[in-house]
Order: sequence, then structure tokens, then C-alpha cells
Amino acid sequence: MAANQSQPVMNKESKTMSELIEMQNVSLKAAEMVEEGRVHKSLYSDPEIFEEELDKVFNNTWVYVGHESEVPEAGCYKTAWIGRQPVILSRDRKMNLHVLQNRCRHRGATVCEGRKGKTKSFTCPYHGWGYGLDGALRALPKPEEYEGVFDKKDFPLESLRVETYQGLVFATYRDDIESLEDFLGGAKKWIDLFMKQGGGYPLKVLGEHRFNFPGNWKIQLENTTDAYHFPIIHKSFVTSLDDATADIFDFLHGDGFVEDLGNGHSVMVMIPELVDLEADLDQPIPARFEKLAEELRAEGKPEDEVKKLVRAAHGTGFNLNLFPNVSCSMAFFRVLRPVSVGETEIQHVALGGEGAPAPFNRKRMRLHEHFQGPMGFGTPDDGEAWERVHKGAQSGQDGWILVNRGLNNLHESKDGNVAGAVCSETGMRGAYRQYQKMMAAGEEK
Amino acid sequence: MTVNTQVLNDVTAFIWQEADLLDHKGYQEWLQLWSDDGLYIVPAEFAADDNYEDTLNLALDDADMRRMRVARLEDGESVSANATGNTVRMISRVRVLEAGEDLVIARCAMTLNEMRHGKLVTYPADVEYQLQPSADGFRLARKVVRLMHADSFLRTVSFIF
Repeated sequence: MAANQSQPVMNKESKTMSELIEMQNVSLKAAEMVEEGRVHKSLYSDPEIFEEELDKVFNNTWVYVGHESEVPEAGCYKTAWIGRQPVILSRDRKMNLHVLQNRCRHRGATVCEGRKGKTKSFTCPYHGWGYGLDGALRALPKPEEYEGVFDKKDFPLESLRVETYQGLVFATYRDDIESLEDFLGGAKKWIDLFMKQGGGYPLKVLGEHRFNFPGNWKIQLENTTDAYHFPIIHKSFVTSLDDATADIFDFLHGDGFVEDLGNGHSVMVMIPELVDLEADLDQPIPARFEKLAEELRAEGKPEDEVKKLVRAAHGTGFNLNLFPNVSCSMAFFRVLRPVSVGETEIQHVALGGEGAPAPFNRKRMRLHEHFQGPMGFGTPDDGEAWERVHKGAQSGQDGWILVNRGLNNLHESKDGNVAGAVCSETGMRGAYRQYQKMMAAGEEK
Repeated sequence: MTVNTQVLNDVTAFIWQEADLLDHKGYQEWLQLWSDDGLYIVPAEFAADDNYEDTLNLALDDADMRRMRVARLEDGESVSANATGNTVRMISRVRVLEAGEDLVIARCAMTLNEMRHGKLVTYPADVEYQLQPSADGFRLARKVVRLMHADSFLRTVSFIF
């Protein structure tokens, strides 16, 4: 950022929604590019702001790194990212979880290149320094040259603060911020509800789809709390459904809502009758799940468990958006990683039940394949829209992106939060409020 | 080593025919190539084992899903399908692995090129075919497309590999 910040980029008193602002030769302050009902396109396109986001957002809050079921046993690991920094989620011999910086303390090479697996140690390929699953530096070749120079115990892989909630593993570089549970706050209730889709079995990661798009990470962040787009961009998906299922997805006129849960988190309830998957278990089995029900009966499951599993197979009727990088979205986790100002990587993580009947997990995977991922019937159309938003963000005199939908129709939720209609942009406003707060840190005038 | 060039020629002719149909969006004709219980599979990992049903795939299409996938590409409702330009795929390195009376298994290399928003995107893949010989040529019983990108990150796909 240039030192000269004297020229005001925006005057809230004098500008209306349609007025232009002069952006050239102005050093941008990201926090000033966010207003209650609009954000500026430079947040999608300015490389300096992107660099600042990595530092002020991703290095300063709880970031999702994985689910406990991905590292079920001692010795298991998976690699992940916190912004641009590679990390390893590992489980040591005592079953403790660790998130370690994936960087040898000697010359800085990564010590683990696998996506996931099981190992006894992490060994740097360059000079053979070996680290335990807890990050401790255990051994290195020809140690005598270090005698009196340093002590191995002072050079473990750098370790991040790790906390979990309901199997979701988060890490942060900050030792002095609130606990994960305090950070999740009002979102915890919704995480608890989300976990019920194991159908009575612990939730388990079954696999993941990985794709990227040429566009800024916040375009994806917004999308998970955007019901307005669904019947438009996903028309071809809805067409591929049977009539009863298509009716379920026709939710814009229903009783759904979006609730701002604080700290940038929000929930968008699209299908209220699928909020609690352990309620209303006496409902008849929908036609599209009749085959699954038959398979479960054939496995000897009693009818009450069949109904519970069938209802869970749907997934929940809501998207829970957790700032900044993960959402519990109906039936899967959506994890984003900012690669550059104009590139974002996304994982759509499929979920099932640990120990659940095979037909249940198969059905969950087939439903995931139908909509999600780079070859699903839904995701490619999202990707097309995001790519166009990114392209559009490079152009135009009026640089504002509107997030003011439903500002005229807010109410207080049962939990005392601001809420709006299901197709309101309440969740985006919540995310941008948190973003603004974090980006303004250290810039108090 | 001897190679049965007659079988190789028959298989290669079929694979080229299928490739040409897909590049020229002859999707209805493509659907007719399949046996009723055939599976079109794109694994989510390049080296995935063949227990596809119990694994998350990028695509695991039975006849219904193939029909719906084609409908999505043809009906004009999908913005990404509408935006997809032409694809050009090249097939080489065809090898017949098994040549039974009821089933012929072959493997080949494919590179598919897509022009996407003015940029060329290339997908190298290893493709396995299971073909059922019949009086009027082969029926497609299984096609498994192992994408090199599967181990990394794909762009979204609104065509058929």
C-alpha cells in the first residue's frame, strides 16, 4: 500500500448508489470499499488488497483445515492451506491433532507433498531432517556439526493453534484470539443440526471434488449464501429432477430465511422442513428414495431406522456459511482457498456415515455427483457465473457490487439475530461486515 | 509379440467414431452406442481402483444419468453448456488388453482440447473401454476416463469426455 492516503476515495454523505467515484491513482483501503449495501469491485480485482487479505484475514482468524474423519487413526495426515501457506493436519500416536507448518526448519522445503495418507514421520527430502507427527525434530544426518550450535528440541515444525468443534478442525496463527467455540458462536447450533445427516452414524468424509475458477475467493464466499441465483442459474439441474423433488427446490417463495449469525457467519434456510433431520420421521418415503429404502430393508434395517436414514440422505435444508473459508452446505462441505486475486480453488467434500449401511453412503455419493463438482449438473453453471462476475469486475465506471437485497424487509430471528427473506443478501452483508472489521485492523485513524 | 490387428482396427474405429460424435455434439447418436447397463465413469482420482460404486467419482452415469447429462447439454437451459465452444480430442496409443467373445477391453490415451472463454484448456487422460461385440458392431459397456487433472484441480466441465 502506498503511504499517501490523503485523497478520500469515498464520501458516504455525498455519494448515492449510482454516483461514480474516481478510482485511478488512489491507494485503496479495503475497509472503505465496504458499505452496508454495496462493496466495491476492487475487492475482487486489486492485487494489493488480495495480499492484505491473506495477512489480515487468513493469518488472523480460525481457518478450516479438515474434518477429523480424514485423519481417523494415529499416523494419518492430510495437507491443507491457510491462505497461501501450506500446512499439515496430523494425528500423533497419542491421537492428538496437530496442524504443522509444512516447511522444514533447515532450508525451508516442504516436508510432505501427499494429499493424505499415513506415515510414521515427515522427512525433508533435501537433507533428511525427520519430524514426528507432532512436529518434533527427531533426527538429522551427521548431527555432530550441530553440537553446541543448536538443540533439536528448539526446531520442531512450527505448530499452529488447533481447536475442533463437532469434528470440524480449525487452525489459527493467533494465540491471542477467542476460542474456536466463541468464534463460531451462533453458528454452533446449526453445525449441530448439520451433523444429524449421518443418519445416526458419525459424519464421515467420503471423498472430494476439486476444481478451480478464474476469479476472486469472495465471489464464491457470497455464493453459498445466495438463494436468489438458484432457480435461474440452476434451471437445467431442476429440470433433471422428478416433479416432487423439483418442488422441494422451488424455495424462493417459501418460508426460508437468511440469518446473520455474527463474526461473518450466516445461515440460509432454503427448505425449513429439512432443518432438523431427526424430526418428522413419520413422513412417507419419497419416490426417489424408495430404492434406497428397499436396499436398507434388505439389509435388515427396521422401518424406523430406514426412515431415519432416508431422511438423512437428503442432507439438510440449509447452507451454513462460516467465515472465511468453509461452509456446511446442505449435504457437503465447501472449502475455498484463495490462490491469487483472480484464482480460487474449491473442494466439494462429500459426506456420509461412519459405519452406515453401504447403500446409504452410495446414495449420498450419487446425489453429490449429480449436482456437485466440476462435472455435476449444478457446479459448472455456478462456475460460469463466477467467471463472468470476475470478468465484469475488471470493467465499468460504476464499480459497485450490490449486496442490498432485502434491506427493506429485515426482522429479528428467534435467536435475536438480524434475518431477512431466503433470497435476501443478509448473509453476504454479515460476511462483508466481518471482512471490513478485519481489514480495518491497525488502520484506526 | 503379435498383435491382432483386425481386433485393434475394429476397436480403434469404434473409439474414433465415438470421439467424433462427442466433438461434433452428436449426443443422441452417442447414447445409442451404449448397452442398457453400461456405465460412463470419470473417477475423482487418476489411480482410483475399480470399485466405483463405493467411491466418489466426478461422474458415474448409468443410462438415466447419461440421458440427463445429454439433455442438460442440449436443452439450452445450462449457461455453462451454452458457453462451451468446440472440443477437439485426439486419441492414440490404442491397445487391446483382452479380446474375448463377449467382451473386448482396450485402453488408449486421449487429449481433449477445449476453447473456454478464449483460452485453450487441455485435458490429458487415460481411457479404458469395455466393448461388447454384437452382430452390428460393438456396444459400449463401460468407459472409464482417468483425467490427469483429477489429482489436482479441474476447471468445470460442460461437455462429455
